[in-house]
Formats: sequence, structure tokens, C-alpha cells
Amino acid sequence: MRIAILSDIHANREAFEAVLAAARRLAPDRLVLLGDIVGYGPEPGFCADAARELVAAGAIAIRGNHDEAAVHGPSGMTPNAHEAALWTGAQLSPEQKAFLGGLLLTAELGSVLFVHASARDPAAWHYVRDLRSAEACLAATDAATVVCGHTHLPTIFYARAGREPVAFIPLRNVPAPLSAVHRHVVVVGAVGQPRDGDPAACFTLLDTRTREVTMVRVPYDTQETARKIRAAGLPDWLGLRLQIGR
Amino acid sequence: MERPHTGSVIDGFTLGERLKAGGMASLWHARHPEHPGPLVVKIPVLDPGADVSAIVGYETEVLIHKRLSGPHVPRFVASGDLSRLPFIAMGLVAGTSLADRIRQAPLPFAEVQRIGIAIATALADLHRQNVVHLDLKPENVILTEKGAVLLDFGLARHAELPDLLGEESSEPMGTSAYIAPEQVLGERSDPASDLFALGCLLYQMASGEEPFGRPKTVPGMKRRLYHAPKPLRAVSEQAPAWLEAIVSRCLEVDRGRRYADATRLAFDLRHPEQVTVARKRPTAEERSLGKRLVDLFQKRDEADVTGAPTVARRKAGPSLVLTAVDLSEGPDALAATILAETSRLLAARPDSSLACLTVLKTEILGETRTVDAEGRSLYIGRLVALKDWARPLHLPEDRVSYHVIEAVSAADAILRYAEHNDIDHIVLGARSSSAVRRHLGSVSTKVVAEAHCSVSVVRVKGGSEE
Repeated sequence: MRIAILSDIHANREAFEAVLAAARRLAPDRLVLLGDIVGYGPEPGFCADAARELVAAGAIAIRGNHDEAAVHGPSGMTPNAHEAALWTGAQLSPEQKAFLGGLLLTAELGSVLFVHASARDPAAWHYVRDLRSAEACLAATDAATVVCGHTHLPTIFYARAGREPVAFIPLRNVPAPLSAVHRHVVVVGAVGQPRDGDPAACFTLLDTRTREVTMVRVPYDTQETARKIRAAGLPDWLGLRLQIGR
Repeated sequence: MERPHTGSVIDGFTLGERLKAGGMASLWHARHPEHPGPLVVKIPVLDPGADVSAIVGYETEVLIHKRLSGPHVPRFVASGDLSRLPFIAMGLVAGTSLADRIRQAPLPFAEVQRIGIAIATALADLHRQNVVHLDLKPENVILTEKGAVLLDFGLARHAELPDLLGEESSEPMGTSAYIAPEQVLGERSDPASDLFALGCLLYQMASGEEPFGRPKTVPGMKRRLYHAPKPLRAVSEQAPAWLEAIVSRCLEVDRGRRYADATRLAFDLRHPEQVTVARKRPTAEERSLGKRLVDLFQKRDEADVTGAPTVARRKAGPSLVLTAVDLSEGPDALAATILAETSRLLAARPDSSLACLTVLKTEILGETRTVDAEGRSLYIGRLVALKDWARPLHLPEDRVSYHVIEAVSAADAILRYAEHNDIDHIVLGARSSSAVRRHLGSVSTKVVAEAHCSVSVVRVKGGSEE
């Protein structure tokens, strides 16, 4: 099965549309929206509606911390994220909020667990960004592979019982193998706010038959999104960071 | 899984005669109705409770081997599921194992040279595919009519894949007779490590002795970080000086001082007359002084001794540049423009080198003149002109070579030379267009059309019609 995974869209319409077009060309069997559909970006309404349509057409969508903050109000966020969450909440219609609020925290397909942040206490939104947090994530589940986002930094952790996991940063557009003797945490890159220094939108193709994961990069018009962020009165840094991918 | 035997059928592969048993795997002749030609099936020894590193090694080998192609690796055919039937099926490579040949060492130097060129060419192809072998040894080299084929990617490293095997152990992985110093320290990503191993093979083929013996312990292997082996000609008196120079450059502890890449090593093996030979070998006393100095600095971090990784500089630019310049009418504006472009290309990569070539036209029919009106050799005259042309580049002797080639067709001569020497980038000039040139086709047009590498064609801007 070939699964396209879109994480951390963050209300970035230009990135979302560019990635969807690229993902459709690959004709995946399933589409997974891995959370943080809104937050930070200027078009939460558009992205929530588009996500709802994709779910109606068979996509899986799970909840991220920014989706939750837009519905229930922010807590424990950085100042920029906090401000954007309040703004986002004010933009969304009751239907859009109901859709985001109704998303589940995890989903499973075969031996793959999908969760926005970490399998360890998903609602606590722990980051998987080092060997310890990857171990903790795997310890909380029996799934052979966990796919998560949240950090916006593509990384694959290979883990074997009794050994320190191995971290690997997959190259752009180059399939990375999954091992038959390891478990994995696949941390996917962000569609709408990459932070790995590459401003191109990122989505992930997981092929369970060939056991390969590809971080597909799709360049899009970051200046247009930045312009909309300024026009909406959101913090300037949120537009600037899109152009440098940080 | 049942023990494999002759006649066993594994995923459609019928096993024939057993080839040999290694420690880690058994090898079998095999056939498959859908895969024509004689095959080999390699079955790893993975007993239940076996060292799991062996399983990781098998998986690594499959991942790397299936990404490789070309004439210098066995054709990858199929692999079995690790949890069910681990095996690798590949094309049979017909030839002589270097292990058999090296038993007769010392070998004639011409043969050492020929085998060295073949292995360096195979390594260049492997490195171009982003793979470092890391276990180059006689058993893993098959000599065929078409060149060398490298076997066994069980310890290899692919630059675009995670190094799961390397994380399995903190012990050095490799074969103690051939392992590079940086590999002893756990470094597993530098193509320069394979050049070190090839240096060991050249030494052994020429002298019959392994330069570092076969130490069984890690401290034994680490000796090579601080103690150079006996110079080749101290072990094999008849060995030519150029071969000793090539071997010692491969065996540099600081990998930044080895050859820029395998292609460059093959180039030197092909052109021994152009190899820079140290005018005088340091005497025993001088060496011991050097040794004492090294001892003073031995508190240095081990990693400093083996130098910086060479991977980044490999991407900086071409390693072997061929510049063809027409000096038949003496140096002119075009020759100067070609020189400037060559200089820019070489500046991209400090360890690159330049082959300067000029063609001495010969006639198809009739007698070709070999001396000028005053009776001086045209060949020598052109060589002097070529060296004079390149002088402003101020390249050290070991970065530049000069070639005057007699040929009927300049384009064919350049193309042949570039292909034979595996050149990375060609620079040549184009005269401004003229009716005759448009009609007959120019040297540069033909070279651009037929070369297997990048070609820069330079022109004098605004040059008048000729």
C-alpha cells in the first residue's frame, strides 16, 4: 500500500494545494492528514474545508495541537503561536470547528500507527526529536512503525530492542528504506511551515510493500503566503520563516 | 528453513553445485527459469540466536547491492524476505579471483599495473554510485576479460542510506590486512578508505607481502596510524620508483593526501612516466628523526592523524580536467582564453589535476613531417610549447601532465584520450565560425556531441571571422 502523508499544513493554502497536486500525481492508495491543519497561517477556513472534503472522499485525518487550540483556545504555546491560535479561532465557522474538534488523536493502518506528536500520551503533544523521545514513543505502542509530525523536521529513527535507536535524516526526494529487523519512528516534514532549512513544502510517501519512505519536496509561492500573513495582521515572523524554511 | 543442498529450490531458484563456504554465507550455482544465464545464490548463515549484526549486515548488503548497476558489480537479480528465506541471487561472474592470482605474488609489474588500473576503474564506478566498499580484499575482486568486478557489499556504505550496520558495533569493521586507518577509528563513509585498501593490494601484488601484516587486535590495527610500512622498494628491489610513489600515496594516513579519487589513481597507473617520484628517499636516520617528531605529537587526537573527510571536496568540482589546446600556429588569443577557463575549473577543487593535450596533425597519405625546416623535432617543439602555455597556472608537478598526440583527427584523439582516462571535464576552444568550418564541422562540435563527460567550449568574444 502507498500512503501519502500530509502533516502540519498550518493554514497555508498555497503549500497545501501544491502538495495535493503533487501527491495526486503519485496516485497513492490512501491519504493521511497528520494534524495541525490550521494555526500560524492565513487561510484556516479554506484548509479546514479542504480537509473535510478529503475526509469525505476517504482520507484519514487526525488532530494536532494547533487544531485543538483553534477550537478550545491556546494553552502553553509560544507567543506567536498563541496569538495565531486566537486569530484562527475567530476565523473558523462553527462547522469548521466541529470538524477539527471531532478529529481523533491516532489512527492505524496495518502495522502503522499515525499520531501527530508522539505515541507516548498523544494528547500531551511531546516532540519526537531525539533518541530518548523516539524510544519513549515506541515504548508506548506495539505498532512496528509510528508516523508522526509536530517537529517539522524530517527524521527516521531505526530502533532495535536493547539498542540505542539510530537517527537518519532522509534526503529530499530520495526513498529511504525501512528495515525488516528494526521498528521505526518516521517523523515527517511539514507541508505549511518547514523548519529544516528547505522552504519547499514537504509531504511523505510511505510504501509498505517496498518498505520505503520518501520525503517529497514541492516548491510553492512562499511570498504569496507571506503577503497574506501580513495582510491578516499576523506576526511578521510567521511569513518570514516560510521563505527561509526555519 | 531447511538446510540448502544441491537441487534445493528457493523462490524458484534451483541450487546447483556449491561454490564455497564463507564464515557468514554459503554460495551456490543456481538457475531460474525467468532469469536467463548462470546465477549465484548467496545464503547468509543466520541461525536462530545468531548475532543479530549478521542479519543487519545481510539487510545492508541487499539494500546496497540492489541499487548498484554496471559492469563492475555482479548483476543483482533478487533477494529473499529476511524473515522467511534470506538469500541474494545475482549473475555469475566468470573470471579469476584475485585471491588465486595474488597467491603467486610477487607478480610482474606490468600485471600489477594492469590489475591496479582495473580495480581503480571499478572503484571509480562504485564511488560514482555513492557507495564505498570498505572491504576491498583479494577474495572480493574477480578479474574478467572486461575488467574487475567487485563482490560482497556486506560492509559497504551507501551515502544516501542510514548506516544501520555501523551502529551495530564500535569495533572496526573490515579486514585487518587492508583496512584504512580512519576505518580502524570507526569512520565508514569515505571513498578514500577504498584507495588505501587498493594501495595495500598493489603493495602485496608487487612484493608478495602485506604491508601491515594481519594484526588480530584493534591496537595492532591502529599501528598503521603511526608507523608507515617498509617502502615498497625496500621489500621488492626491482619495483619501479613510480609504483612505489603510487603505493605510498595510496597508503597516506591522512586521507586528504591520498589520490583525489580512484580515477586519478587509475590515471597515474596508466601514465607512470608522468608520476612524480621523490628525488631521494629519506634515509633511516631522517626517518627516525621524523618518527621522534611524530612521537612528540602523538598526544594528538587519533582522528586528527587521519585528516578531514574527503567527501565534501569530491563534490566541489571535477577531479580530472582535460584541456585540449591548438598550438600549431603558436599561442594566440584563443589559447589564452582556454587557459583562463581551465584555471577557473581547477580553482573549484584544490586536489584536481590537469591533463594538457595538443594534437600534432598527421597526414592520412604520404609521409608525415617529423622535423621542421631547421631539422628540430616537431614533437619536442610542441611539448615545449604546451608546457609554456600551462606555466601561468603554476601547478605543482603532481597536478599536471602533458600529452602531445599524433593523430589525423584532433576530435577523435581528444575523445579517445578522454574516454580511456575517464576524464571528468574537457575544456577546448572553438574558432569563430566560418563558411568552411560550418561546412566541414569543427573539432569542438564533434567533441561536444560524442564525449561521455561535461565539455566546456570557449571562444574569444567578438573574435573576427577567420
